[in-house]
Parts: sequence; structure tokens; C-alpha cells
Amino acid sequence: MPTDAAPNEPLLILENISKVYPGVIALGGVSMRVMRGEVLALIGENGAGKSTLMKILGGVTEPSSGKIVIDNVEYDRLSVSESQRAGIAFVHQELNVFDNLDVAGNMFLGREIRNRLGLLDIEATREATRPLLAKVGARFSPDTPVESLSLAERQQLEIAKALSIDARVVIMDEPTSSLTMSETRTLMQVIADLKAQGIAVIYISHRLGEVEECADRVVGLRDGQFAGDLVKGEITHDAMIRLMIGRDLKSLFIPPARPVGEMILSLRNVRVAANPAASVSLDVYSGEIVGVAGLVGAGRTELAETIFGVVPPLAGEIRLDGKPMMARSPRQAIASGIYLVPEDRKRTGLLLESAICENISLADLKSVSPRGIVSRAAIEARAENQRNSLGIKAASVQCNAAELSGGNQQKVVLGKWLSMKPRLIIFDEPTRGIDVGAKSEIYTLLRALADAGVGVVMISSDMEEIIGVSDRILVLREGRIAGALSRPDFSEHNVLKLAVGAN
Amino acid sequence: MQKKDIGLAVLIIVVGAVVYLRNPLFLSPINLGNTANLIGLFGLFAIGQGFVIMTGGIDLSVGSLIALLGVIFVDMVGKFGVPWPLAMLITVFIGILLGLAHGLLITKLKMQPFVVTLCGLLIYRGVARGYTGEATAGFPFGASYPQLEWLTIGRSFGVPHSFYAMLLVGVVAWVVLHRSVFGRHLYAVGKNEDAARYSGVRTDFVIISAYVISAALASVAAIYFAMFTKSVQPSSHGNFYELYAIAAAVLGGFSLRGGEGSIIGVILGAVLLQELQNLVNLLGIPSSLNFAVMGAVILAGVLADQQFNQYRQKRRASQAMDTLARESTAPA
Repeated sequence: MPTDAAPNEPLLILENISKVYPGVIALGGVSMRVMRGEVLALIGENGAGKSTLMKILGGVTEPSSGKIVIDNVEYDRLSVSESQRAGIAFVHQELNVFDNLDVAGNMFLGREIRNRLGLLDIEATREATRPLLAKVGARFSPDTPVESLSLAERQQLEIAKALSIDARVVIMDEPTSSLTMSETRTLMQVIADLKAQGIAVIYISHRLGEVEECADRVVGLRDGQFAGDLVKGEITHDAMIRLMIGRDLKSLFIPPARPVGEMILSLRNVRVAANPAASVSLDVYSGEIVGVAGLVGAGRTELAETIFGVVPPLAGEIRLDGKPMMARSPRQAIASGIYLVPEDRKRTGLLLESAICENISLADLKSVSPRGIVSRAAIEARAENQRNSLGIKAASVQCNAAELSGGNQQKVVLGKWLSMKPRLIIFDEPTRGIDVGAKSEIYTLLRALADAGVGVVMISSDMEEIIGVSDRILVLREGRIAGALSRPDFSEHNVLKLAVGAN
Repeated sequence: MQKKDIGLAVLIIVVGAVVYLRNPLFLSPINLGNTANLIGLFGLFAIGQGFVIMTGGIDLSVGSLIALLGVIFVDMVGKFGVPWPLAMLITVFIGILLGLAHGLLITKLKMQPFVVTLCGLLIYRGVARGYTGEATAGFPFGASYPQLEWLTIGRSFGVPHSFYAMLLVGVVAWVVLHRSVFGRHLYAVGKNEDAARYSGVRTDFVIISAYVISAALASVAAIYFAMFTKSVQPSSHGNFYELYAIAAAVLGGFSLRGGEGSIIGVILGAVLLQELQNLVNLLGIPSSLNFAVMGAVILAGVLADQQFNQYRQKRRASQAMDTLARESTAPA
């Protein structure tokens, strides 16, 4: 019978947990403990083993060896239901809510409240949901269709759901990756509330600023091994980076090697289908990295997709090297040298179930197909080239893209475009879900492209990135360009001011 | 050849050997010739179905199309005296138009393939029956078309020409699917349509082409079937043929989710289906059990394939575990 642990006793102990996959050691004997009411941040590069460790805790993955102790009860492995009963709750990176149900329906999914006839008691369910929502400061009602909730609200719903099953450890995996800044504030408040109620939070994030703010303790993983931990006063940005990559990271900004040159892309009064009321004019010159900032929903991705021809513009003029270039399809954009590294790699960037080499040649099969017959040798040679120049870590170019880490997947997407003749590349959240080491490689690459005279546009929600990498920042708000900043004016404050429109 | 194809070929040989041991007539020239003819007929449109399934779609209209186009072809040649080469061209042309309509409805109007081709199944069958007034379409008594008959039901070296036609189509389809840029685009669309579009693939064009190929091959098959049966009974001709085609593709390793499959596979699938029909006949199993045998074999085949894959994955995992154990005990 599990009993509540005393305040100074660990709630959860992991001892010597290992997990081995074919060809990969995901975890090699990791131990850690979590106290009551503690916010423990788990940091590490992608592939360091954070997700695997959490999956083991959630009962989704079986450990190869090691043991888990929750409230003095020892387990060799957990099943999903054992994990839930022990009070471990997950708030997933990809939210697990059903948008065809209402809030209350989601809250009690799988343990529905029934009336005497054995049918759903919708009223009772909604009543029971109300206090749970209040606990996380949610401002929507139980009968709201989940469809109409924002991502942040869905996340609140998930946290409320976790609390409703008496969670004592809430695991949050990259909870802020899709949140706006004010939504992130709210989440921080919710975490503080959880802590005050004695609930432990395991917080996984690449956003070190947030970790610095909310964590009581930081545990670093590196290559599936425990890399060390930091307690309250030691948690600084630099210390965390050292913990993750085992060395200091140079400052992000790499100065341009050449002065800004001729105009590559120009937009004049372009109206994007998603924001027909707003019109956008902007210029991109060779030699510079143009950062595009803004809140989620400001229309940055839609603007990129308009330039790339996914959704043709409603009005206005787009010119590439002075010549009109209104792409009606990605195919046309690609033909003129405009490439997009999309935000959602898995959906629009890659054929996950295809080999690396197939992915790299996909956009330019003609040049590897003499007389229309695809040459395997040419495809492989091309992929090998990119693998060497970008440092894609994979056993061979025949590996499926799905087997790679986020950073390496992104390099495959880049390899596809770099093996062609880029004139302008739009990077939409180029480092989302990518570890620190691969991030800096990608920044170096952006700079190299700009120096080589390719137009580089980088859309990013990561403040550190937008300030640290861009030469010029354009801030979008509600589909319009709210302002432009040049390097001397770069600051988080200035970007935010333009993004939210405060006066 | 892929591993799956080899497995299927082995299965075909094993089943063949068993049937032969029970009834040596299996390998008689007459039986082989007849079976080859049926393989040719069914293989033709099964290959077309493969292209559609590759995109993650499905073409349910094939059987009805074979009935409708069969009626049209027989009437053109037998009733209206249209020269047969012209009649052939018109038949295939109509097929292509219908395939184009399927493709446009699916891509431009975003309708689901199942719905579009299910409606095709109903409409074409209904039109065929309505047009003939439920009467059987046939050639006038005593009429003969020596060249047309040679081309469709003739034999060379004892092998029926339908089989040659299927082989020819198979070779072309193999090059197109496995070696051409268009084939790569088909695979890409089947695996991830969005990512393919973002890589500059004309996804709508690729999908429309697949339905056109399917309908075009179904119309070629319609001509061969009409000549094989010599008359077309519009309510029963070609019934369930779409399911034979889907079954052949699935047996041949196609995934209904798209992006997986091979031409050799679908042809071998068609071979196995005809072999099973033949087995039912030769082993004296009541022919009413025909579908049951086929269904059981498909189910067992797909199940075995999946189990085998899982087994291989497990074995790789345990090998990796052993390697780790050895590394960790070895001195650093």
C-alpha cells in the first residue's frame, strides 16, 4: 500500500535505468530522484535519452534493466496503468486531446461518469470538470468544444486532467514549444501552483531561460548517461549548456563576412490569403540574414508559404532578382531557386519512411535521372556528399529518415536544398526540437549561405535565436510588418514591444 | 526482386507442387494455358490498381468499367460495324476519360477515392444494364474477326496472347514505377503527399495519372475479357473484379496506406489468386468455397508477413542487447 512520502523523502527514485535499442544505447544506467513539490528540469541534447527515460516512467517503454521506486514500492517495469495509478501524469509534446469532444468529455475520457441507465451523464461530467479547470486557472467552460481551444488552453486541459487523476508527478515534455509568450507566463504560474500543492514537476525543455526561471534543480543527460546536476543557485544559462554538451558554447552571433549586396527578394503590398486585410512589403538583400519574429499566429509561416507558392498571394508583387516571381505552386518556386525549410519537418519536410538518399534527391530527380531513368548510384553519391558536408549522423544513406534525431532530420531537409541551386532559402523555425550542438551547426550554415550570396530568411519564435543570429529583424503582427530592427536596436524588449503592439 | 516478392514466389511454387502431387493435370498444357490466360486478364487491371493503391487511394470502379466498356466494345464492333482497331481506341479513350474524371474529383474537388470510385462502380454497372436493357451484348451469329481474335484470344508457342499483353504492360509498368522519375514521385506522394508537394512534386498530376492508368488498363482488360467471353452479360460480367485487383496488390506487398509495393509483387499476387482458383477446381473442392479459400489465404499471407517482420525486429533488438552486454563487461 503506497503511502505519502514525508516532505524530505524522495517521491520517485530511478535506479540504474538502461534501455537498449538495436544498434543504439538510448540509456546507459541513469539514476535520479524527485522530491515532493520539486520542479526538476531535465535537460540534454536530442538523443540524450530524456524522452526514453520519461517513456519508461510513463509505462510506454520497458527498461532493459534497472528499477523504479515510487513511494517505496519497487518496480522492474511499469505498465501505463501502473504508472497512472502511482500518480505519474504526462503532458505530451504533441497534445493528446480529442478535438471532436468537448472539454468535459476529454477530462473524463476512459472513466466516463454514467447515469443509472449506464449512459453518459453529461451534466454530472461538466459539473465535475469545473473545479478541475479552476485549479489550473483555465478560463474556458467544460462544454467548450476542444476544437475551439488554443494550444495553450489545450495544454491547460491536459494538466487539469493530470491533476484529476491525483497526479503527484507531472511530466511536461517541451510544454512551451508552441505557446505564445503570455501563454508561457500562465504556464509558469500553473507550475508554481502545482509546486505549492506538493506536486512534483519534471520539466523537459530546450528553452533554458524558462528552465532558469522555474526549476529547483536541473539534471543533465548526455548520450544516455547522467551528466551532472545543478541546484538552485547554480542554475545559469552557461552552466546548463556546459552540462548538456560538455563544453562552453560560443556566442550565437557570427558576424557577416561580406557587406550587404544586391536585392534578392522584394515583396510589394503582398496580401496573404490568411490575412487578407494586411499587406506586406519587404526586401531581402544578399549577404544578410533576415530574422522574422512575431507571436504565434502573427502570420509568419503563412507569409513564407505564400512566397514559396503553397498558397498563392491574393494581391501584390513578388520579385526575385528584380524579375516578377509569383509562384503558383512550390514547384514553380523551387524552379526559380526559392526553397523552404518548413516548420513541421515530419509533415511537410520529409518522407519519414523513405531513405535519406531518396529524401535528398526528391526535389531534383531530373538531374539524377539520365534519360528519365533514375540512377541509384547518382542518388547515393548526392546523398553521401551532403552527409559528409553537413555531418549527418546515420549508419548509411539508406537509413530511413524516421530513424534519425531531430537535428539530423533537419540536416536531411537542408541537404535536399543545398544539393540544388538555392537563390533564397526561407527557414521556418530551423532549430525547433533540435539539440544545442546541432543548433550552432545550423547557425554557422545560415551564415555561410548568406556569405555565399544566397538570400536567407529565418522565421523563429526563439528570442535568443532571433536576436543572436539575424542581421536585421522584421517583426510581424497580425499579418503586417509591425517594424524592423537593425543590430544596434536588438533586444528582447524591442522585439516584444513590436510583436504585441504595446505603446 | 524484393524479399517479399521472393516469399510470394516461393509460396506460389509450394502451392503449385502440392496441387500437382494431388492432381498431375495441374501441369498439363491445357490447364497451364487456361490459367495463364486468366492471369493475363486479371493481371492487366491489377497492375493499374497497383498504381492507384500506391498513392494511398483505391479504385473500386474496375469491375463495372470492364462490364460497361465490354458492352460498348462488343456493340461497336458487332452491331455498328466500327472497325475493331478504331473501336479499341475509342474504348480505351472512354476509359481514360473516366479515369481522368475520377482523378479530378479526387484531387481538385477533394473527394475521397473510396466514395468517387464506389459511385463509379454503381453508375457504370447501372449504365451498362440500362443501355442493353439487361440483354446480353454479343457478336452477330457467324461473325468472325480473325485479326482481332488472334490478337486477343490467340496463342503463340502455346501461351495465350493475354498473358503476353500482361507481361508487356508489366515490363513498362515496372520501368515506370521503379526506375522513372514519375515512379519516384508516386512513391513520394504515397508516403507523404504534403512533403512531396513541398518538394516540388506535382502531386495532383501524379494522383490523376494513377487513376488514368488504372482506368486505361481496365479498358484494355475489358476488350480482352469481352473477346474471351464472346458476349457480355451486363449484370454479372466483371462482378467483384476490383476486389481481385485489390487482393492481388495486397498479396503483392502493397500497403493500402500508400507508398509501398512493387509491380512484380502485384503480378505474383494475380498469379497466386488464379492458382488458388485452379486449386479449388483441380482438387474437387466445391467451387462455392472459392471465395472462402481465397480470403483465408490472403488473411494468412498478410498475417504471416507481419509476424515475420516483428520476429526480425525482435531478433535485431536482442542481438543489440547482447552486444551491449559484451561491451560493458569488456575492460574499458
